[in-house]
Amino acid sequence: MTEQITLNVNGHEHSFAGDPDKPLLYTLRDELGLNNPRFGCGLAQCGACTVHLDGQPTRSCVLPTSAAKGKAITTVNGLGTPEHPHPLQTAYVEEQVPQCGYCSNGFLMTAAALLKVNKHPTDAQIREALSGLKCRCGTHMSILRAVKRAAAAMKA
Amino acid sequence: MKTMELPDPVSRRQMLQALGAFIVLAPAVAEAAATSTAAGAGAAAPMPMPPRHPGELDAWLAIGRDGRVTAYYGKPDIGIGVNTAIAQIVAEELDVPVSVIDLVVADTALTFDQGGVSGSTGIQRGAVPLRNAAAEARAVLLAQAAARLATPIERLQVRDGVIASLDDAGRHISYAELVNGGAFDRKLDWNGVYGNGLVATGKAKPKSPGQYKLVGTSVPRFDVPAKSFAQFDYVTDLRRPGMLYGRALRPAVAGATPVSVDDASIAHIAGARVLRKGDFIAVVANSEWDVVQASRAVKVTWSQVPEPFVPHTELYDYLRKAPVVRRVVDKSAGDVDAALAGAHVVSAEYEWPYQSHASMTPACAVAEVTAEGVTVWHSSQKPHATSQGIAKMLGLPVEKVRSISTTGPGSYGRNDAGDAAADAVILSQLTGRPVRLQGARSDGHGWDPKGAASVHFVSAALGSDGKLTAYRYFSKGFSRVEVSTSESKPNDLLAGMLVGFDNVSAQEFGTPEDGYAIPNRQMGWETVPTMLRNASPLRTSHLRDPLGPQVHFASESFIDECALAAGADPIEFRLRHFTDARHVAVVKAAAEKAKWHAGPPGARRSRRGKLLVGRGFAYTPRGETLVAMVAEVEVDPATGRVWARHFVVAHDCGLVVNPENLRQCIEGNIVQSTSRAMFEEVTFDKRNVTSVDWATYPILDIKDCPESIDIVLIDRKEAPPSGAGEPSTRTTAAAIANAIFDATGVRMRRAPFTPERVKAALRGAGIKT
Repeated sequence: MTEQITLNVNGHEHSFAGDPDKPLLYTLRDELGLNNPRFGCGLAQCGACTVHLDGQPTRSCVLPTSAAKGKAITTVNGLGTPEHPHPLQTAYVEEQVPQCGYCSNGFLMTAAALLKVNKHPTDAQIREALSGLKCRCGTHMSILRAVKRAAAAMKA
Repeated sequence: MKTMELPDPVSRRQMLQALGAFIVLAPAVAEAAATSTAAGAGAAAPMPMPPRHPGELDAWLAIGRDGRVTAYYGKPDIGIGVNTAIAQIVAEELDVPVSVIDLVVADTALTFDQGGVSGSTGIQRGAVPLRNAAAEARAVLLAQAAARLATPIERLQVRDGVIASLDDAGRHISYAELVNGGAFDRKLDWNGVYGNGLVATGKAKPKSPGQYKLVGTSVPRFDVPAKSFAQFDYVTDLRRPGMLYGRALRPAVAGATPVSVDDASIAHIAGARVLRKGDFIAVVANSEWDVVQASRAVKVTWSQVPEPFVPHTELYDYLRKAPVVRRVVDKSAGDVDAALAGAHVVSAEYEWPYQSHASMTPACAVAEVTAEGVTVWHSSQKPHATSQGIAKMLGLPVEKVRSISTTGPGSYGRNDAGDAAADAVILSQLTGRPVRLQGARSDGHGWDPKGAASVHFVSAALGSDGKLTAYRYFSKGFSRVEVSTSESKPNDLLAGMLVGFDNVSAQEFGTPEDGYAIPNRQMGWETVPTMLRNASPLRTSHLRDPLGPQVHFASESFIDECALAAGADPIEFRLRHFTDARHVAVVKAAAEKAKWHAGPPGARRSRRGKLLVGRGFAYTPRGETLVAMVAEVEVDPATGRVWARHFVVAHDCGLVVNPENLRQCIEGNIVQSTSRAMFEEVTFDKRNVTSVDWATYPILDIKDCPESIDIVLIDRKEAPPSGAGEPSTRTTAAAIANAIFDATGVRMRRAPFTPERVKAALRGAGIKT
């Protein structure tokens, strides 16, 4: 069941012998040594494993690796860096969002996808887009502030 | 100054990292040092450094040749920014920028047992020895500088770690030059206590709050940039050379033990195997995914055991009827029976379910057991206790078990982290390899220690003057500590119980706190037998603000009911009973900020379209910290959905160290406790827990997140910080329940206030739904 797999992660091609049925989350962690995304539930219920596939937020814990072949995979590391941050990351720092921070993947990646298609989301639209993601520490208020701050920064 | 050479700061940091220490660096330094390998890289971790003494200044602080300060702090930061506040406090006393502080935290080899994370004591108690040590260090260095600069101490000032003459700008010397890579070699006066009560005091007096420049400012959190850029590694990301991956196997019927294993069931997964020690059984494999597959495929035959539980649908009936194991009356005044007899009596009963930590990921730990001893990385809140429990479980001296709390998913008390640590240690011992262990989602929700379920019986007598003359409050519930609040004993660990350490549950509960002057008072509690003695998925332990939400849901809902009976405004009714000006101040601060409209419960009722709108009030002390809260809810009678839309909170926790971080901490408390009040309930059938994921154990969704939380911080600089990690958690449920009553006239006496339950209650009251 092992075959040669090529994945494009954050703009870099990775070729390796792997299991195409293995969920992408484990491929990214086990085979490529990436610590993001994260395992939270393995059931697509929490979003901690979220990556972008061709720009679409996707729960990598239930997606077979084979389904990611030929697509651009983006993780939070690919979203931005301290030198070239995504406006959401800047806003995360400015709003001091994370407590334990384990949920950050899901919210950052999902909100980034929202801001791509909706530059001026309303509060209700942000909540709708982020609904279903889990944050156990209760940082939702600051997440909402950060998304709004990022939207404003992208507008400016 | 001792001549002993300490490594220069950079290599010291590298050395500590190579030792597997969890080091918290200021953000700029963290980037440069690329801490992503912090705990994972390097050779096998050597055993602990020689034990040091809390009565030595060098055990708390070191200053490197580059002027960087390393502080050693025994408690981990579980996500609410305590590390940053500790760094602020140390920097304040030393007069150095906070950015030069590095913290080594929560490592039994390098820090002292300061009690771990418990009771919101991270700053109020945990900072005390560090504040004293930093003040002492500053005094030592000032004295040395006075000699070196031939200048009296009174004519010296310290700025950014440089001591300079006030009279001659040319005369100055830095801390780094004075220390010159050496040690302080200075004694502190240690009170001989380990745990939360550990105090070490120097001769130097710490600054008075009036002198603070850094404490009281909103220093950004050290960990936030790395967490925002996915550069922060959690315990789940730690990799050791040759590491195996493990997962414990749990029975479908709680209490069942493994009888036999069909090894062929996992033969198709190369490297996967089943390991057993006593009744502890687990699979190990060569990768995360392999062990996930193996845990699903493995066929274990379990023993037949009686079904241990009454189902959750019969929980409160069980609690009411269950025999009493222990009864305690812990607050008593006057003659309650006499005062209640013939009086205008108000009575009510309230119910609170089991709740789960439900941390963002099931607990993970990495263990490395060698002939020399044990090293285990985990996210337990009490690393020193973890090492004690594991040492006793394995029959090793505690010095042989090095326990390191690294950041994991947020924990809110004693969650599943310590159990994972013990599981991982057993697997590493059995395999002779480092083992990373993590459960499935169902292990996290299903098998973590739970917050206790309880019923609360409250009655009071209302005097003709509209004041309470008697108050009786009794809870009946499961002990809050069926396993201890830490993992310091093997029979408090799942693995420990499974390898034969019989659990003897302590029988403890508690009573609510309040500031009401009521002449006749009797408060107490009764515990009931645990339903399953050993290795129970319903074993209770501390969950954020242990008992706080349940007992204050009852006490502060009840006061609202008394105010109604008295025809009084619920805030004014409370004020009638206060004698302490601080309690009055915090309540009034919330009322003013909320522009509270006076009137008895129900008086603030309004409609917003089809929605019923109301406001409720609650107030709670937690030790010296006081919280007053106004909640505004919208109730949709068609669906039963309650949206706790607006909160106003007044918060008095003494001196405020970091206002912005405190606000975020309070927000988190309120959102999480709203989740607990409105959504969270552990369900179970006769066999086992059935709320085993986010679908079966729903928590607050962002759609249900409040629209606003207005926070009034009462910064009492004269009072020491009294803790904020938990106090605002206990206020919320009653504030919401009181608001629901204000909106609808329906009293919610059972948590959580789910849409189904609210809708049924509205129907029961004849309200059209």
